[in-house]
Amino acid sequence: MDKHIVTPLSKEEIKKLKAGDNVYITGIIYSARDAAHQRIYDALVKNKEVPFTLKNNVIYYMGPTPAKEGKIIGSAGPTTSSRMDKYTPLLLDRGLAGMIGKGYRSKEVIDSMIKNKALYFAAIGGAGALLSKCIKKSKVIAYEDLGTEAVHELYVENFPVIVAIDSDGNNLYEISD
Amino acid sequence: MRIINTREIVKNIKEMCIEANYKLAFDVEKRIREASQKETSSIGKFVMEQICENMDIAKNDLIPICQDTGMTIVFLKIGQDVHIEGGFLEDAVNEGIRQGYREGYLRKSVVSDPILRKNTMDNTPGVIHYEIVPGDRLEITVAPKGFGSENTSRIYMLKPSDGVEGIKKAVLETVKSAGPNACPPVVVGIGIGGSFEKCAILAKKALIRDLDDFSDKPHIRKLEEELLNEINNLNIGPGGFGGITTALGVKIETYPTHIAGLPVAVNICCHVNRHVTRIL
Repeated sequence: MDKHIVTPLSKEEIKKLKAGDNVYITGIIYSARDAAHQRIYDALVKNKEVPFTLKNNVIYYMGPTPAKEGKIIGSAGPTTSSRMDKYTPLLLDRGLAGMIGKGYRSKEVIDSMIKNKALYFAAIGGAGALLSKCIKKSKVIAYEDLGTEAVHELYVENFPVIVAIDSDGNNLYEISD
Repeated sequence: MRIINTREIVKNIKEMCIEANYKLAFDVEKRIREASQKETSSIGKFVMEQICENMDIAKNDLIPICQDTGMTIVFLKIGQDVHIEGGFLEDAVNEGIRQGYREGYLRKSVVSDPILRKNTMDNTPGVIHYEIVPGDRLEITVAPKGFGSENTSRIYMLKPSDGVEGIKKAVLETVKSAGPNACPPVVVGIGIGGSFEKCAILAKKALIRDLDDFSDKPHIRKLEEELLNEINNLNIGPGGFGGITTALGVKIETYPTHIAGLPVAVNICCHVNRHVTRIL
């Protein structure tokens, strides 16, 4: 069943979405992958400021190719989520509502998702050109020195994802075994 | 003796970096489209359709197929009658990569030190494999490698007594453990024999073979075909959500090895299997 949601996400909306749902996301999401997560994690641990509000927001594990002149962004598909597992429980504790990526998550992440009521969405790995068309605005808001790994604030419209793991811990990667 | 100037090498490598990232080889695209038609799982079909649409958008709108435009793997087969002039060959290859990744709007995905991790901002250096061959030609293969799949690859130092069953077990274990992380459907390159590092290079060479070819050794061809079936029977499916297409192809390269050894390298590549070859 196709569902359309708008960010930021409330706990009520999160609880309604189930593993396997085809979802279209509209609103602001934030790109952050390995290097940015390391910095955000260190900042949280040291009680320093982070580049964007975590509460109710969604992170997209992605580093884009450069945008051509006149274009908003380059190819922008998901990177492998498990590399961010180490940092994720703390981000979820601080209010992060959703993550978009691809592939397995660890038990610690899933337990934290159940505790905090958060969602893990899978975007199609390899579909970077298609997904880039759903990104209508892109702005680097932090860590510009990281190049492609900088934090981007992205405005997306009808960004297609599948709920891979829902807030009850139902895991589409296990269901399909 | 034939002289090749580094200017020609730079220009060709630049063009090949760009070509590889915007358009898949005919055999790869064909297998992806065939798999999309044959897939029986509804979510698997949905994923394959998105992958096919993505290839069309990449071609028509000139956007790289995947945002991970990879670390650039380059194979150079240098005819021993070739003389390179104009500069150091390795520098020319890296300059070609630098220009290709800048002019082609490709992602800069390389860090200068694996522990300190500062981005080099130009996707250099590439990983260059040199081979001296007879003749006076220079054959260049540029194969950008994404690391979602690379990270799921493995080397097993098996015992001779493990045999074909042991090899199959190692391959299936690697693919199963990779699951969704390698963006299935995958292409599996396997290197058997040689030494620890040799089997790994064999596996990478296997990944750049035409998907429609097969080994000229009957016992290896049989293993390629059996493994393709057994991998697809794992039902990992497109995106790892279940389905009948887990692998688009399995290719095996072999080399003589030590009486005590059976090295096996399993190099996984996603469905965006990129490689371009030119002969100068």
